Amino acid sequence: MATYTLTTPLTSEDTKKLVAGDTVLLNGTIFTARDAAHSRLVALIEAGEELPFDLEGSIIYFVGPTPPKPGDPIGSAGPTTSYRMDSFSPTMLKNGSKGMIGKGKRNQAVKDACVEYDGIYFGATGGAGALLGKQIRSAEVIAYPELGPEAVRKITVEDFPVTVVNDTKGNDIYQIGRAQYEVKN
Amino acid sequence: MREIEFDVVVKAVKDMIMHCGTDLPQDTYEALESAMEAEKSPVSKEVIRQILENANIAKDEKRPLCQDTGLAVFFVNVGEEVRINGGLLRDAINKGTEEGYTEGYLRASTCEPFSRANLKDTVGYNLPAIIHFDIVSGDKIDIEYAAKGGGSENVSRACVFPPAAGKDGIVEYVKEVISDAGGNPCPPITVGVGIGGTFEKACISSKHALFRDLETKHKDPEMAELEERILTEINNLGIGAMGMGGTKTALAVHIESNPCHIASLPVSVNVQCHSSRHTHITI
Repeated sequence: MATYTLTTPLTSEDTKKLVAGDTVLLNGTIFTARDAAHSRLVALIEAGEELPFDLEGSIIYFVGPTPPKPGDPIGSAGPTTSYRMDSFSPTMLKNGSKGMIGKGKRNQAVKDACVEYDGIYFGATGGAGALLGKQIRSAEVIAYPELGPEAVRKITVEDFPVTVVNDTKGNDIYQIGRAQYEVKN
Repeated sequence: MREIEFDVVVKAVKDMIMHCGTDLPQDTYEALESAMEAEKSPVSKEVIRQILENANIAKDEKRPLCQDTGLAVFFVNVGEEVRINGGLLRDAINKGTEEGYTEGYLRASTCEPFSRANLKDTVGYNLPAIIHFDIVSGDKIDIEYAAKGGGSENVSRACVFPPAAGKDGIVEYVKEVISDAGGNPCPPITVGVGIGGTFEKACISSKHALFRDLETKHKDPEMAELEERILTEINNLGIGAMGMGGTKTALAVHIESNPCHIASLPVSVNVQCHSSRHTHITI
């Protein structure tokens, strides 16, 4: 399993070389969105309206951070469980997004969309919010401030550590890893 | 009748919440260290290393361990010979919760079930707390607290089996729940199993089982053996830390059992993520 350092926006060239299980250190701009924000973003796409940010090559981070302490850009910011975004993610990928960061398994439609649109589903370590929050250098709410922790934020990350869970070939590290260590009775 | 000032309870609750938000309890930290050592998968080992590094950063820099700072859950044993001076005990716990979450920069995660509106404008910050009261003898108040995250709560389940299901039925059920959950509840997890009672009694027992220190076994050897059996079965699933595949899916299985109806065998499985933030205080 390889380790890569990548900077956003991502291209198909970036994503197609990644294999499930690889470690990636992400740099650059990332956008945050959870359940409520996804619902609104996808509604805008379906209505043909403009989004609050450019989806092309973007990475969406499923996170609802804690409030920042004075002087900090953001509080603790680890991933939330991703399956709740399964119904929205294929639309995001189809419209140019190249990656998602979350935790936990995705459904087949999301995995298929990763293959079709050269997308990657990255896993970050859940519950490591203090560690991950430290890799975020700046944060700015760019849409839906009324959603509080669920608002869309534009964040800048430096060497943000993630693992490739679903790659562009249809591989899934959760299935591969589990099969390797399962003890059958 | 002993009197305890309202504000004493408020401060005790606030302090517990702020401490738990940033400082992983010693029993959890040590259980994770042992798990890292025993884990055979290098990927899962690295995940647990990150979890421990995260705990060190959180403690040193007073940052929340996880952005999901949970709903505040309390089990409160109130002595018969004690009263609160200056207000209701429930109000004191809620006030301490609000102050702890606000002053600790902890996330307000409570929302209205359908509008999903955050309740902080109408009810308070991360309120209401979930409080389970009991009356006991004596003149003290014992407050157990845990910050309960949503990801692990979402995979929890309960079922009322026929009595014939027995121990084998319970083991299979817990395995099924944890297998289906995979990496979603942030393993290595702790699993609370409530057995017997009524439907809701089993659920509450499975929650309370999660408040027990991780290294403590059940007092009843038969139950301790069942805990060990379920733990082995869970770790044989191969899920590993954050679902990456590995040998340490669970740190502990804790059972609380109760007498039940002759027609029923209620079972509840409540899952706790690796960030098992729990503590208690006696006033």
